[in-house]
Amino acid sequence: MRISTFTFNISIVILLICFQSFSIDAQTDSTKFIQRIPADTSQQKLNMDAVYNRPFLSAGKLPVAIGGYLEANTDYRSTDGITEGLSFQARRFTLFLSSTIAQRIKFLSEIEFEDGTKEIHIEFAAMDLEFHPLFNLRAGIVMNPIGAFNQNHDGPRWDFVDRPISATTIIPSTLSNVGFGIHGKYFYQRWILGYEAYLTNGFDDDIISNSMNRTSLAEGKDEKRFEESNSGLPMFSGKVAIRNRNIGELGLSYMTGVYNKWRNDGLIVDEKRSASVFAIDFNTTLFNNRLDIKGEISKVWVEIPDTYSQAFGSEQIGGYLDVIGTIVQKPMLGWSNAKINLGFRLEYADYNQGTFNETGGEIGDHIWAFVPTLSFRPVGTTVVRLNYRFHQETDLLGNPPANTGIIQVGFSTYF
Amino acid sequence: MKKKHILSIIFCSALIIVISSCEKILPGLPDDNSVLDGQMEGLSPAQLSQFLRGDVGFNEVFSGQNGLGSVFVSTSCGSCHAGDGKGHPFTTLTRFGQTDSTGNKFLHLGGPQLQNRALPGFTPEQIPAGATFSRFTPPAVTGLGFISYVTDADILDMADPEDADGDGISGVPNWIHPPAFITPGPDAISQSGRFIGRFGKKGAAFSLLHQTVNAYNQDIGITSLFNPMDAFSRLEIDPEISTQVINDVVFYLHTLKAPIQRNASDSEVILGKNIFNQINCSGCHTPVLKTGYSPIEVLSFKEFYPYTDMLLHDMGPGLDDGYTEGNAKTSEWKTPPLWGLGLSANSQGGNYFLMHDGRARSIEEAILMHGGEAENSRMQYQSLSQTDKNALFKFLNSL
Repeated sequence: MRISTFTFNISIVILLICFQSFSIDAQTDSTKFIQRIPADTSQQKLNMDAVYNRPFLSAGKLPVAIGGYLEANTDYRSTDGITEGLSFQARRFTLFLSSTIAQRIKFLSEIEFEDGTKEIHIEFAAMDLEFHPLFNLRAGIVMNPIGAFNQNHDGPRWDFVDRPISATTIIPSTLSNVGFGIHGKYFYQRWILGYEAYLTNGFDDDIISNSMNRTSLAEGKDEKRFEESNSGLPMFSGKVAIRNRNIGELGLSYMTGVYNKWRNDGLIVDEKRSASVFAIDFNTTLFNNRLDIKGEISKVWVEIPDTYSQAFGSEQIGGYLDVIGTIVQKPMLGWSNAKINLGFRLEYADYNQGTFNETGGEIGDHIWAFVPTLSFRPVGTTVVRLNYRFHQETDLLGNPPANTGIIQVGFSTYF
Repeated sequence: MKKKHILSIIFCSALIIVISSCEKILPGLPDDNSVLDGQMEGLSPAQLSQFLRGDVGFNEVFSGQNGLGSVFVSTSCGSCHAGDGKGHPFTTLTRFGQTDSTGNKFLHLGGPQLQNRALPGFTPEQIPAGATFSRFTPPAVTGLGFISYVTDADILDMADPEDADGDGISGVPNWIHPPAFITPGPDAISQSGRFIGRFGKKGAAFSLLHQTVNAYNQDIGITSLFNPMDAFSRLEIDPEISTQVINDVVFYLHTLKAPIQRNASDSEVILGKNIFNQINCSGCHTPVLKTGYSPIEVLSFKEFYPYTDMLLHDMGPGLDDGYTEGNAKTSEWKTPPLWGLGLSANSQGGNYFLMHDGRARSIEEAILMHGGEAENSRMQYQSLSQTDKNALFKFLNSL
């Protein structure tokens, strides 16, 4: 039988992982002097709590706790039979620092290194001041509460190597901005109601002036936004979420703001144009936490001059549905509560909803994907995952789609 | 051996087996004859590298940040020629001017091309009062290297300006003044200081370099050393694209493979081909041409099958838009190559937009719009039986 280079390479990687498992017994935990603060896995948490609901390490009586996660993977992809071969990717290395400054005053930061040090982002760095559980002030670099994934995006929580398409290209996760706002929660029997509302800097003109040749909120979140607002006007983002411990969580969120530089040096140089997003997210667990279902749908409206190219659509929509079932949960390989999960993701993003002025025909520019996954969780904070991804991407004109298949083996772990 | 080690080995072995089989479920290459894009065979590694650079340049998207506009038609070469195929009405461009061959009188008013889109804050052009205009659907760009190297002598051999053979088909080249940055080759034939134009709907572009520089400037609003005139301000400005990128794109266009016929041995296709010749479609859509010398070795002295004579023909009043370029008359159009016709819909959003401005929505509609020098062929087509018509369509779709 002929063995291809790809198969050979991937086999070597797997064998190395296999040998690694033999040496686990020989390792000594050198961090026993450090106190591990596990994530709260109770059902009292909403997606909006994800920022604090992470495992941290604190040493002695130091007021600062540290945490983070790493994720890396192999990637072998082929689009219509054309491949660039096998790559190893270190997608994210993220550090958390948190501290309780004083009673009911907390600080947390999240710094992310993407693709090595290619991109370094401060994704969150904010102070929380609690006046009442229903009324907290948050200020600094905050994550805009739009959808669920943007708030709850840590790699180890997900059984997929890739982030959802719609949560990175329709909603440009991770989306954070400088600003302030309020948040709070209300508990009643088995119900939790939470809200968040912020005023922050917003997007910039690159939403419709970019090399993607499409409207892209992701292109409009330049690092300059941490210095000044491009439009000089605040962007509003807010969310309301409700959770029933037996049923699940439903979130409704909205974000809107002027994105273009309509005023320059005091002169009015353009009309104000806004970008708005509405998102619905939900999640639930069934059968004693053995089946996990989560999803999100988001819709984008962007005001665009009539005389600009129709390649830049004024409406977009996207969403994903993740279904993950635990097929084995028992002591395995020395881990007392290991899990093997099997599931899939179904996702879609339409970057340009509408019809051509010239023909009345539907504009294309959309993508859908199906991603089956098999994952192994030796502990709750670590996941090893095998994904096969198939997606079809249709161009602006609606020509026959490009078919892409991707095989990924990777891991993600809190530390 | 411990149980967990056995489990590890079983797990890893299973994973290897699964991944070994996964290669088979990755999407495979489509048949070479079912797609238009791709390079010619026989390019050297250095030429392949330049081809790939040209591919990147061809698909580079321009925005306000890297030179787009301020007024424009499209944002990249690739968005007009999706998959290197024919364009869509979304990117159909408009040229305006006058009815005679005395030169465009509207250059000072934004001619010859209408930039119908603009960056935010700018206003797109309008067709000036008194100007005539025509709409041009972007053509497929495959196989253009072969067209480039047909000798002028061969083109002139196909011309029959006085219809000496009495078949009702004349055919003349469009004699044009190439821009200053073009140096015609030693074998180029001139007539009163004009040279043969071989690209464009009316044959108004001398070479792929001429066509490419014009397209960057007039379609995307990108200036270059070759043409530093900004389409919006009509002032000379700094180059917005490097000469190297333009050269790479021109090389890419030269070395895109020619469309490959499908089902050539099918009996119905063969019958259709015979009918095509019988009703004298081949009088203009010449099946076979050959190249002369080319510095790109794989293009030198090659026979190829474009189904064009590269000449202008009077297509009758139905296709007379009242606009001209070079010495072409308003009703004259350069015979478009038919190769790749059957794959047109794959780059036009699943539909046909044929003829110079996409007005024909099917191959039959296109045939029925032929007039002037093609009127005899059209009438013969109309008298064919449905079986023969079907065979003709099957042949045309196989190209």
